[in-house]
Amino acid sequence: MLPKHLRRLEAESIEIMRDVVAEFERPVMLYSIGKDSSVMLHIAIKAFYPAKIPFPLLHVDTTWKFREMISFRDATARRLGLDLIVHVNKDGIARGINPIDSGSALHTQVMKTDALKQALDFHGFDAAFGGARRDEERSRAKERILSFRSAGHVWDPRNQRPELWSLFNTRIRQGETMRVFAMSNWTELEVWEYIMIEKIPVVPLYFAKQRPIVHRNGAMIMVDDERLPLNCDETPEMRMIRFRTLGCYPLSGAIESDATTIEGIVAEMQTATVSERQGRLIDTDEAASMEKKKREGYF
Amino acid sequence: MLTNPTMEPVPARTKDQLRFITCGSVDDGKSTLIGRLLHDSKMIYHDQITALERDSIKYGSTGNNIDFALLVDGLEAEREQGITIDVAYRFFSTPRRSFMVADTPGHEQYTRNMATGASQAQLAIILIDARKGVMVQTRRHSFICALLGIRHIVLAVNKIDLVAYDKECFDRIARDYLAFAAGLGFTSIVPIPISARDGDNVVDRSARANWYHGPCLLEYLESIDIQSGTASQAFRFPVQWVNRPNPEFRGYAGTVASGEISAGDEIIVAASGRTTRVKRIVTHGGNLVGAEAGDAVTITLEDEIDIGRGDVLSRPDNQPEVADQFAAYVIWMDEEPLAPGRNYVLRIGSQTIAGSITEIRHRIDVNTCEHLAAGMVSLNEIAFCNVATTMPAVFDPYDVNRKTGSFIFIDRYTNRTAGAGMIAFPLRRAANIARQGLSVDRRERAALKNQKPCVIWFTGLSGAGKSAIANLVDQKLFAMSRHTMLLDGDNLRHGLSVDLGFSEADRVENIRRVGEVAKLMADSGLIVICSLISPTRAERDRVRTLVGKEEFIEVFVDTPIEECARRDPKGLYSKVKSGKIKNFTGIDACYEAPATPDIHVRTMEQTLEHSAKAVVDFLMARSILDG
Repeated sequence: MLPKHLRRLEAESIEIMRDVVAEFERPVMLYSIGKDSSVMLHIAIKAFYPAKIPFPLLHVDTTWKFREMISFRDATARRLGLDLIVHVNKDGIARGINPIDSGSALHTQVMKTDALKQALDFHGFDAAFGGARRDEERSRAKERILSFRSAGHVWDPRNQRPELWSLFNTRIRQGETMRVFAMSNWTELEVWEYIMIEKIPVVPLYFAKQRPIVHRNGAMIMVDDERLPLNCDETPEMRMIRFRTLGCYPLSGAIESDATTIEGIVAEMQTATVSERQGRLIDTDEAASMEKKKREGYF
Repeated sequence: MLTNPTMEPVPARTKDQLRFITCGSVDDGKSTLIGRLLHDSKMIYHDQITALERDSIKYGSTGNNIDFALLVDGLEAEREQGITIDVAYRFFSTPRRSFMVADTPGHEQYTRNMATGASQAQLAIILIDARKGVMVQTRRHSFICALLGIRHIVLAVNKIDLVAYDKECFDRIARDYLAFAAGLGFTSIVPIPISARDGDNVVDRSARANWYHGPCLLEYLESIDIQSGTASQAFRFPVQWVNRPNPEFRGYAGTVASGEISAGDEIIVAASGRTTRVKRIVTHGGNLVGAEAGDAVTITLEDEIDIGRGDVLSRPDNQPEVADQFAAYVIWMDEEPLAPGRNYVLRIGSQTIAGSITEIRHRIDVNTCEHLAAGMVSLNEIAFCNVATTMPAVFDPYDVNRKTGSFIFIDRYTNRTAGAGMIAFPLRRAANIARQGLSVDRRERAALKNQKPCVIWFTGLSGAGKSAIANLVDQKLFAMSRHTMLLDGDNLRHGLSVDLGFSEADRVENIRRVGEVAKLMADSGLIVICSLISPTRAERDRVRTLVGKEEFIEVFVDTPIEECARRDPKGLYSKVKSGKIKNFTGIDACYEAPATPDIHVRTMEQTLEHSAKAVVDFLMARSILDG
């Protein structure tokens, strides 16, 4: 049985999901393969049981995700019989965009932000569930649970709809969309507590293991495949590492850890001294950079 | 960085959550207090502190010390201006509780944000600057907290260091506040002397205010018993979604708003009055014996009865109110003021219903709690209003049930969330205010005139030809010895509506008046011909409802705006062009053409004579001119 605080969070997320499914024409769940997506998916299964999840999942694949993420994604889709859409920005591929030569900013803009907009437009989705949480980052702390996007997927942080009680304003016009953050009020620790108690499968990269890494810009980058260029004096070294957040492997910093179980992760979380976003190379330009990206349509 | 050694990886089963709000004026130190709580409960990570130290030098207002407020003030613009401009949610936890804090601004114009934060909260921390004592803002914040149903108050007397930890000062403020708040209905008020900047009595006890023997803030937040009592209340289950995966299963998904229910219990559907029993309470983890407030479940019923989203299940012996009129406190949140008579989409629980304010009983000055007369409700104002819905709504009074007694207003055209409401009680106006019975009824009055009364409503752009056609129709009917009256919008503005301008609220009121007059005339047996631009569907629908669908005939005089501007019979379009008139329909104010008018007159294709004849023909066909 879940502790009270997790039961309450779970029930709140379920209520949000049911409301969106009842009110929108064509919802979709943005599935990023990470721990938050795993929890969101698990809650969706609970929310609509015994019916199957009444919307497809969308993964925006930058083609630079860890290989273990992709195999986990495909195994999960098979295991649960999910309707999974994988979208790649072919235009970006054709232009040769990649995180190494193009830089993280351009790569993220083209292969994540633009790709997401393409997919939402192409399929005509009017509501997109995302696993973002308010405790992740300062500009997230002020975002609504139902976050309105004008045509073109623009977020205007100064013109958000007030959100009172659990009465959501689901009304939009043609071309406008809603991002739905059903897990807004969860914290990183609660996500892991929930995964532990509910025994939710997550990508093995979250658990510590000997993995090959190189040091880049003060971060440990895992050499996941041969596409990561190594300097001539550089040899990957094996370290006991794991990841707190997962994304494109050249942009994801590992942490040294002995946590090989969920219990170990939760214990480590409780003594952690840095935030989870610290490992994300795409955030570090300046503190307000996430808000900028979000206004442009980043999830 | 939580280093509490007693903390186990698995949280205790009893660990629960407390949601609270902090309220204070601009410089009372709200953000600093939250930053301090996060920092001292070790919820701030090293990289965040590094960023904070960097930001403190760039934006901070505390010299070289860490400015905790910067942790909380998220958006770039706010950080540059040094103020918080929206609601931000913060999280921290201890082994006993996890906390969600709504940080809301104290500026006068942001009542909206405070109400938003308070709507989620079970407790409020009201900050007072020890040097200033109870201020106007303190009263305002307390009033809003009380209105939004918060029952527990912590009075944080901040900056106690700046009054040299003076016990007298603290006691005086606590006394003042208790005296003021006595009438607000709070269950508990606990004053605590703190220094958010230095940390005294926030997480750790203050050595300098050693005369204070009560709990420090975090200790109190961890231990306060917030029995919202929702489990012991009457059972309410608003149906959110009908779960029908196959012909064998039909379940009603929702979250128990209050009370508890068990399989086998009898339930009633509030709106329809149909009863049945709960068959199963279905969850992914298996069927439950019972469910209580806060549980998200799917309920199946013994009998197949018609239930959909918006229905509310309850027990037959304790049902919610079902009414199409109720009184409610309204907090307005939109730039566009609330005007009586204007139609909004109301969201009440999982019900979505059209509705409007029929009367603003009074506006409430949030600083003095005084009642004031008001013709409209503007942004950040609070009023007590009568609300009418187009179909019966299911609800409870807000002070009995926050879940089923709250609602929001959505503007039908901009889709903005325009206001929030808290239902006070149902109105049964028809039952309570008996109409004066009349000995001669309307049918007899009409019979004497040998005709059937009706209201012929001409709508269209300025210059479309409404008045000209209406006038011709009037002449034709007069020639046929019919008793008619022509109400022309322009003429009425010289008398009946001489006090009204052209703002949204005034236009709505103008149409309401003309509608009422037209109805009285129709009641007296007349054929009433009205000619008004009446740009919004909502307003025309209102008149239609007032007069009665069968007796309301909508004539759409359809002329393209370019043609109207070319004709410009009153010279108005040229005045608009030169900027002398604002809010002109079709130019900078919108005209909503009727979707299905009874008569559609296209003036580009037919003459005025033909148009008038079409109207008379329609009346004949409807047998309105029969004796």
